[in-house]
Amino acid sequence: MWEYTEKVKDHFLNPRNVGVIEDADGIGEVGSLACGDALKLTIKLDNSKKINDAKFQTFGCASAIASSSALTEMIKGLTVDEADKITNNDIAQYLGGLPKEKMHCSVMGRDALEKAIANYRGEPDKVAEGEIVCECFGITDLEIERAVKENSLKTVEDVTGFVKAGGGCGNCHDAIQKIIASVNGTLPKEKRKPVELTNIQKIRLVEETLKREIKPALRKDGGDIELVDFADNTVFVKLCGTCSTCSASQVTLKHYVETKIKELVSPELVVEEVLQ
Amino acid sequence: MKAIYVDNNATTRVDPMVLDAMLPYFNDFYGNPSSMHSFGGEVAHKIDEARIKVASLVNASPDEIVFTSCGTESNSTAIHATISSIPDKKHIITSRVEHPAVKNLCEYLSKKGYRITFVPVDRKGMLDVDYLYNSLTDDTAIVSIMWANNETGMIFPIEEISQVVKQKGIVFHTDAVQAAGKVPVDVDKSKVDMLSLSGHKIHAPKGVGALFVRKGTRFSPFLIGGHQEGGRRGGTENVVSIIGLGKASELAENHLEEVTTRVGQLRDKLESELLRRIPNSMINGDSENRLPNTTSISFEYVEGESILLMIDEFGICASSGSACTSGSLEPSHVLRAMGVPFTAAHGSIRFSLSIYNTEEEIDFIIEKLPPIIEHLRNLSPFWK
Repeated sequence: MWEYTEKVKDHFLNPRNVGVIEDADGIGEVGSLACGDALKLTIKLDNSKKINDAKFQTFGCASAIASSSALTEMIKGLTVDEADKITNNDIAQYLGGLPKEKMHCSVMGRDALEKAIANYRGEPDKVAEGEIVCECFGITDLEIERAVKENSLKTVEDVTGFVKAGGGCGNCHDAIQKIIASVNGTLPKEKRKPVELTNIQKIRLVEETLKREIKPALRKDGGDIELVDFADNTVFVKLCGTCSTCSASQVTLKHYVETKIKELVSPELVVEEVLQ
Repeated sequence: MKAIYVDNNATTRVDPMVLDAMLPYFNDFYGNPSSMHSFGGEVAHKIDEARIKVASLVNASPDEIVFTSCGTESNSTAIHATISSIPDKKHIITSRVEHPAVKNLCEYLSKKGYRITFVPVDRKGMLDVDYLYNSLTDDTAIVSIMWANNETGMIFPIEEISQVVKQKGIVFHTDAVQAAGKVPVDVDKSKVDMLSLSGHKIHAPKGVGALFVRKGTRFSPFLIGGHQEGGRRGGTENVVSIIGLGKASELAENHLEEVTTRVGQLRDKLESELLRRIPNSMINGDSENRLPNTTSISFEYVEGESILLMIDEFGICASSGSACTSGSLEPSHVLRAMGVPFTAAHGSIRFSLSIYNTEEEIDFIIEKLPPIIEHLRNLSPFWK
């Protein structure tokens, strides 16, 4: 059993600010059903540009729900600039601490806040820039680097606790070790070489990913998907079979199809559905 | 608050009669069964009695029972004893849904030069028996398949599989830790060479187990030391717990019918009422070929740890195959091997009953769980 503080238990059993603000000024969504936790944060500002309302919806364990609830309490009354300075550690400390293996719940809160603020400011979504290191959870080198820096992490286990990377098959443990060493100055920092794909290469990779990964998965539930068009880094698809009538199809689309395509083709791609 | 304990596949309470049988052997009759004096000799007699009772539970002969410290030791002993007695064979067959005691040992051995075949299961958790048969080769040293699965309760056709494996002259081991005391386990009807048992799953204390080793099976001890257990396991016997295991085996044999009838009916009521009252819920496994005390139910769009902590507020003790409860980040390997979608695997709860559960307790769970699932779903961004 996890050692949760009284404050974690309180925020889990009596979560504050549950729900969605309908006319929100900023929306931040992170995580997925597959990963085991997800958070949707909506914020509303008053005339003096202070956050006067914040609501959350969370799928996840007790510490994920408590971190989300705590976050909404913490940001109310702050200006956007003040809220932007909140770190995952601040959230954990507000709760009197979290077990090491559960720190990723506080990171999820921070990520959702960051996205909600970017959304309010009209900035592009800072989606997973960098290169995927952990294939299982889709975590990039930049995310790992940041967690290592901000929390002075020393081991692969620490990194897994904070951002989940390395918590699946374990194939990326060497790569994570290198990042830790490079941040801590024990290794010369390697320059990242972003791979530039042409549009044709992207389309070909998208087609291949659909065929090899996504179609077989959807067909298991009697659904299917087809590529309709590709323009400006947007993949237009049509959902067929049971997917076309399934109420969870938007979840499938954003949290499965898009995640897979970002992971396997390019993180800058988005997926849109073409309605029939 | 009174605990409502429905986590009996994790561990069980020590039966009061088992405790009574054990108590005198802590400080009244503390002799060493190996001693020459009659003070120790009396204790040796009690161990012999326990051996007869454990043997009877699985219809073995008493000298085919080796006492160990736990189910894990029994499993490790069986596999190590076999591969070290036939060192030229380098292939092991097991299933994808074994307990970590077998699964992690096989993964370890795969790094030591062994080729391991992990036999898959279907969506209902049933073993692909043909896949197993097609994997048998001249190089196969041992086949180790569990009798029943701890998470779903699925029972594998061990009697049939062991016949086929034995025809090829290959050693067959089964981890029957979850099956014993819940369904008939008869080594006489099957061809298993070795079979693992654990005390604390059948109302004996933790820290004691047993391994059935059929007469004539090639064997070498895992713990090398004194002549205890007929030279098959060194180390002074855990006398008190062995006496407890003996008493618990006797009781398990007597209670078997109650487990398959009354406990089975309670499980069925719990399962059908939860499925009826909670939308988007499903059983992991098959209602056929399943332990009578076990059900694994997935509640979509909620996470298992949250459910467990909420029912904990009412004293209800169960477990989950969700990632968050294990400290790892991936849901149970059993549910993943069955192809249970992530949406459901994260929200899986296992209830495992025992003869100590009452209908009032089951009704209490049926009353308390639906609003908890509804509350957690209302928190979830995926629930509409």
